[in-house]
Amino acid sequence: MADVPRASLIPRLLAIGGTIAGIAVLFAYAGGWPTPHALTPARIANTFELVNGPHPGFRRNHAKGVCVSGWFNSNIEGATLSKASIFQPGRVPVLGRFSLSGGQPFAADAPQTVRGLGILFKPPEGEEWRTAMINLPVFPVRTPQAFYEQLLASAPDHATGKPDSARMQAFLAKYPESARAIQFIHSHAMSSGFENSTFNSLNAFRFFNAASAEVCVRWSMVPVQPFEPISTADSGQADKNQLFDALIASIHRHPLEWHLIITVAQPGDPTDNATIHWPSDRQQVDAGTLTIDHVESDDTSPARDINFDPLVLPNGMAASDDPLLSARSAVYSQSFTRREGEHKHPSAVSPAQTGK
Amino acid sequence: MATTNPPTQFALRSRILHWLMAVMLLTMLFLGVTMVASLGNYHKLVAIHRPLGIMILILAVIRLINRMFTTLPPFPPTMSRQERWIATASEKLLYGLMLALPLVGWGMLSAGHYPIVMFGPLHLPPILPANPTLYAVLRKTHTILAYLLFVTFLAHLSAVLFHTLIVRDRLLQRMALWSIRSGETKVKGD
Repeated sequence: MADVPRASLIPRLLAIGGTIAGIAVLFAYAGGWPTPHALTPARIANTFELVNGPHPGFRRNHAKGVCVSGWFNSNIEGATLSKASIFQPGRVPVLGRFSLSGGQPFAADAPQTVRGLGILFKPPEGEEWRTAMINLPVFPVRTPQAFYEQLLASAPDHATGKPDSARMQAFLAKYPESARAIQFIHSHAMSSGFENSTFNSLNAFRFFNAASAEVCVRWSMVPVQPFEPISTADSGQADKNQLFDALIASIHRHPLEWHLIITVAQPGDPTDNATIHWPSDRQQVDAGTLTIDHVESDDTSPARDINFDPLVLPNGMAASDDPLLSARSAVYSQSFTRREGEHKHPSAVSPAQTGK
Repeated sequence: MATTNPPTQFALRSRILHWLMAVMLLTMLFLGVTMVASLGNYHKLVAIHRPLGIMILILAVIRLINRMFTTLPPFPPTMSRQERWIATASEKLLYGLMLALPLVGWGMLSAGHYPIVMFGPLHLPPILPANPTLYAVLRKTHTILAYLLFVTFLAHLSAVLFHTLIVRDRLLQRMALWSIRSGETKVKGD
């Protein structure tokens, strides 16, 4: 054994200790431990829990919902934009979930609450496509940071139980694009229920066709059911599940249909800013019809345990530069991981109500 | 040099596998811990994490087979019996972790009802049925095993550095990518 002189032993030991400690510190830094105030998926999920109270077993947002299934009938039109197998002509089974935004699974339905539709397209052979859409014409925020601040600004005040308007004003002053987006949202009439709502992707995506030609797109599910405005009468005595009950009743009467309308961006249209609506003269492609013929409670449907991650995309579709997309994927995953490990409680919309 | 002499170094293919996987595993550990705390880069990092994990699984299987059919260089005489026992046990732990981590990740995505996307249209089939509780358990297991791998790696590195810098028994040369002539490994001094 080669003896190390005593004098050089200390520096050598320090070098070893320093190397090990340095790697450990780098690792901790990568994991965000020294920076607990940075915005992370866990922090956004925590904020949902803070604002809504703990509701173990439920989604941290869009907690109240009902599951559906049916099929998508593709015409060949979508294939001009994307080589995804979903756009080949034919029928693709779908699993979906209608929901109301917010993290309170037992809140009473309010017609003004933002409505969501998550769809999983599952071709028997080929890759699946998941999309989570809402019924707003634009998204109120552009970045994850603004989303987080809006969540806090719109949280009910502890003393009054209502959102603090001063905080909301401060938020809108800081994010003028959000003020403009909310104005645009208010200029659009909301429909009476889920069945006649248009659901929009809002974020932009990239599509590639068989010739590898790339376009930027957004999509919408446009209802075949005719538009009816929100009824303002007797909302006081309304049933707690009025919107879901109406949806269930209409699916039981006859299957509901939506057209998948893909809007193609022109050069210069913003793809990284979901608060801005693209001009209405953009090319629109009707890629096929979504038919929903079956409704089921969260309690019994496999859709309860689906993460409608907007970045589960088939080959032929990809994320755009919209900063919300990766953040949505991260936070949905965080919410999914938390709720899947928690004890499940019955949904507000029970199997008895859905007839299942 | 007589052919009956024990090798002074690990076989070249073992050394290549060792350093290749060292880089991949360390990349993977840093990628994983960054990814779960990231909003803006989450998707890009996950898209690398999945296929890299499967590549590690394939290499780990190749490495395990290679390990079973390769003669190892002996431990240096400077290692005590306890040290040899710890070295052998930690080697088994490292092999176990580099096989288990990708398998748990694959199983976790299967149980979570996720498609297991590699790149382009290439997907892997699920290896477990979709099940919420199973997903939650495997997701937690994946994290715990990753931390255990990181700690085991630090212990492995500490031991090698200790031997190289303090004991100076040229332990590291057994794994050096370049060839060491047997004479060079002969311990100098007393």
